[in-house]
Amino acid sequence: MTAAVFFGCTFIAFGPAIALFLFTIAREPLRVIFLIAGAFFWLVSLLLSSLVWFISVQISNKESAAQQKGLLIFGVVLSVLLQETFRFGYYKLLKKANEGLLTLSQEETMPISIRQLAYVSGLGFGFMSGAFSVVNILADSAGPGTVGIHGDSQHYFLSSAFMTMAIILLHMFWGVVFFDACEKRCWWAVGLVVVIHLVVSCLTFQNPDYTATLVPAYVILFGMGVWAFYTAGGSLRNIKLCLTCKDKDFLLSNHRPR
Amino acid sequence: KQIFSLTREKKIYINLNETFPCVRLLNATHQIGCQSSLSGDVGVLHLLESEENLDWVLRTGPNPPYMVILESTLFTRPILMKLKNGSSRVAGVLAVQPTSNPPEGFSPHTSCPNENTGVYSETYGPSYAHCNVTMWNPLGTGISYEEFDFPIFSVKDDNDTEVIRRCYMEHNRAVNGSTPQYPLCAMQLMSHMAAVTDTATCMRRNAPTFSLAPDGVCDPLGDANIWASTKPLNSSTKGHKDGVSVVIAATKLDSRSFFFDVAPGADSAATGLVALLAAASALHNATAELNRTILYTFFNGETFDYIGSSRMVYDMAKNDFTVDLDNIHSILEVGQVALGPDSRLWLHSDPVSKRNSSVNVETLVSNLQAAAAGLNLSLGEPNVTQPLPPSSFQRFLLERPIPGVVIENHQTSFTNKYYQSMFDNAEYLKLNYPPNLTPEEQLELVTDSAKALTEVATTVARGLYLQAGGELAQMSRIQADSELVSKMLYTFLVRVNNSWFDQLVKSDWTGVLRNRPTNFYIGVTGQYFSEPALMVQCILANLTGSIANITEGNCQDKKMDKDENMNKDIYSYLWVQGPVRPNSTERDSFCVRSLVRQSKALSPAFELSEYTSKNYSTWAESRWSAIKGRIFLVASHDLEMLTLGVGVGVLLMSLLLTYIVSSKADILFSSGREPTNATY
Repeated sequence: MTAAVFFGCTFIAFGPAIALFLFTIAREPLRVIFLIAGAFFWLVSLLLSSLVWFISVQISNKESAAQQKGLLIFGVVLSVLLQETFRFGYYKLLKKANEGLLTLSQEETMPISIRQLAYVSGLGFGFMSGAFSVVNILADSAGPGTVGIHGDSQHYFLSSAFMTMAIILLHMFWGVVFFDACEKRCWWAVGLVVVIHLVVSCLTFQNPDYTATLVPAYVILFGMGVWAFYTAGGSLRNIKLCLTCKDKDFLLSNHRPR
Repeated sequence: KQIFSLTREKKIYINLNETFPCVRLLNATHQIGCQSSLSGDVGVLHLLESEENLDWVLRTGPNPPYMVILESTLFTRPILMKLKNGSSRVAGVLAVQPTSNPPEGFSPHTSCPNENTGVYSETYGPSYAHCNVTMWNPLGTGISYEEFDFPIFSVKDDNDTEVIRRCYMEHNRAVNGSTPQYPLCAMQLMSHMAAVTDTATCMRRNAPTFSLAPDGVCDPLGDANIWASTKPLNSSTKGHKDGVSVVIAATKLDSRSFFFDVAPGADSAATGLVALLAAASALHNATAELNRTILYTFFNGETFDYIGSSRMVYDMAKNDFTVDLDNIHSILEVGQVALGPDSRLWLHSDPVSKRNSSVNVETLVSNLQAAAAGLNLSLGEPNVTQPLPPSSFQRFLLERPIPGVVIENHQTSFTNKYYQSMFDNAEYLKLNYPPNLTPEEQLELVTDSAKALTEVATTVARGLYLQAGGELAQMSRIQADSELVSKMLYTFLVRVNNSWFDQLVKSDWTGVLRNRPTNFYIGVTGQYFSEPALMVQCILANLTGSIANITEGNCQDKKMDKDENMNKDIYSYLWVQGPVRPNSTERDSFCVRSLVRQSKALSPAFELSEYTSKNYSTWAESRWSAIKGRIFLVASHDLEMLTLGVGVGVLLMSLLLTYIVSSKADILFSSGREPTNATY
């Protein structure tokens, strides 16, 4: 649709992610490394699930539409499960790496906390997932035409961009909750994360009814955001403190041991 | 087809399958044809309903630039010129081909073809120059020689075009003066031409040291002339041959139209060459006793300022051809010979050279009159003193006054209403094959047009026989075969791939057998010859040659047996595919030995590197990378800007929020669960 739509959709899809990267990750080399490693893990999970899907499509009956739809659902479910498996795998790897880093470094404290790792790896997953969701669409949006000559809805590019933004942020929130739940061995929370991931992915089957896809996705995004906020150590009191702009010294001086 | 295989691109674009573009040609002074921008021109579709509707496109329409769809009745010079003048609002033109020829005629060629490269000029018959006496092509509008800076494509009127019309009706139609709402149906046509200005410029840019594009930007138009003699002539000795007196029987091989690679050329090329081929076949057994040699020449590129004939005359004058100009006794040229309802043919001759007493045209005319006696047609000479029509003979007259006659089906102006256009096709010649016949049955059917053309071929054959010294009494056994004429007409004008022609074709050329008529456009010099040149070579070799009982290896090496090689310069050998063996897919290929040869048909201007020459043809064709078209919907500019605005807003907001949150992070995320010396 031209350069205006291309840039607009790029900013919508990757805006929050870029902002997060710039302000919280870009300065710390260790965080950058773990971000990229997280993105790589997501990529491997996608590779595996696409391999399985490709093989199953080749051996399936290409004429039957119902079978193809069934295969697509199977592919999506498999991909979600594989992604979460790899997230768990990454968690395990990071735990081991952290111990190793600790023995290697001179300091006594861990250079990067598990909570930070959770955030960074979640964002890494999000970046790569967003890239794969939306880069093809962005490439088409740069051409002169827009979707619709066969009767489809015109808002394809815009809704894809918003969905991608939601997915990236969701991956970040899932990362935080997931790692925290793994630390505390809270398996029901892990299971809940997987289920929510499945729900969000299956919401996209309702396309091209974009409202039915986007609204629930954003509701879930808000919910996950709140959950991740509490998991990361936030609370309503902190927000109130922040909003009333009390500075740090005041806080420290008023700090009461719990 | 998988329903989930609809990629995004297919959701957005519908590609146009079969398009015929108009391309850029250059000569010494001009560039003609069409040009698009590098990535294609995009315009909102508009179906032009009448000439008054042009106002919407040129002035009042709210969403320029427009891509104008022209039905065939509106593809006229006035409309195209108006579009050319308003080209800032015109993105391109899509011309829809009609299903049948327009009855009032259509000729995009100039009204005085090849006027600057013929024999008539300020120094030779000045009163006859520039069609002063007779306007040869009165219906000619000259749009083929105009320059357009937008792409013009032609499409057939089929399902794809129906999709385009439907897209226009659904989205773009302005109902009762209201402006059509976005999204609108639009089309993109891509036909970017690399060459500009004129031939000298583009040939200079072809040189590899200069241009960034090492492949070059243009190629000269050129191909091969096909010629054959009735007596063996040693072609390794060039120049004058003592004791050889030659009667040249000439015709032209090529045609053109406004669009690239579309040139059915029925009357302008095919009738003449089929008549001459049939005459050659009729004379095949009778030429031994003649004292003069007949040289059949099929010139390529005559449409573009006599490329083939100017080259042959140049070679003859330079003693670079098997015979030279002094060997020529007379010339008989067969022009457009589709017979009209009155079955009359006209013998045109040059009034200027006739004044010279040594030029004896009367014998030739009387021989032809005698040849036509007893046949179903009548020959006459035009009753006005007029110059020769555009013909290859004019190029010979530029060098020597030679007696010659051009046989045409028109007394003054052309009777061909579709001269050098895409409508000069089988339908115009009334080759009406009933559609319920299979292609094989159609091949066998002898139409009335074929019978009429056979009479013409017999006349030409007998005339050549008499002119070459044959006796009048023996003349009546020379008769052209109407079945052969009919098969040749079918092959050239309806379908190349048929059972008669694919037996005659060279065995390594079978890939070009197509299920469509011959394309008579000369094209550029390259490794492959144009279709008509190769077809005429194969047919003429089979009709005038003899089967040589040798192996394929010897045939390709042009020898009669392993040791002999003296005849290489006299005879040519062709390994022919042959008929299919019954109950098998194999073929009985064989070798044909004949006196058919090719000679280069590249304008002397390119040999001499005189790219601004006024005497020789300087036509060149531009190169291009991709030619395609597609349709899609476009959204309004406002929606696009809104998307960009939302995007920028989201980006700025998220930058702001992130900055705030990250600066207050230690307050927000301190819940006391972690030790206070944890870094964050």
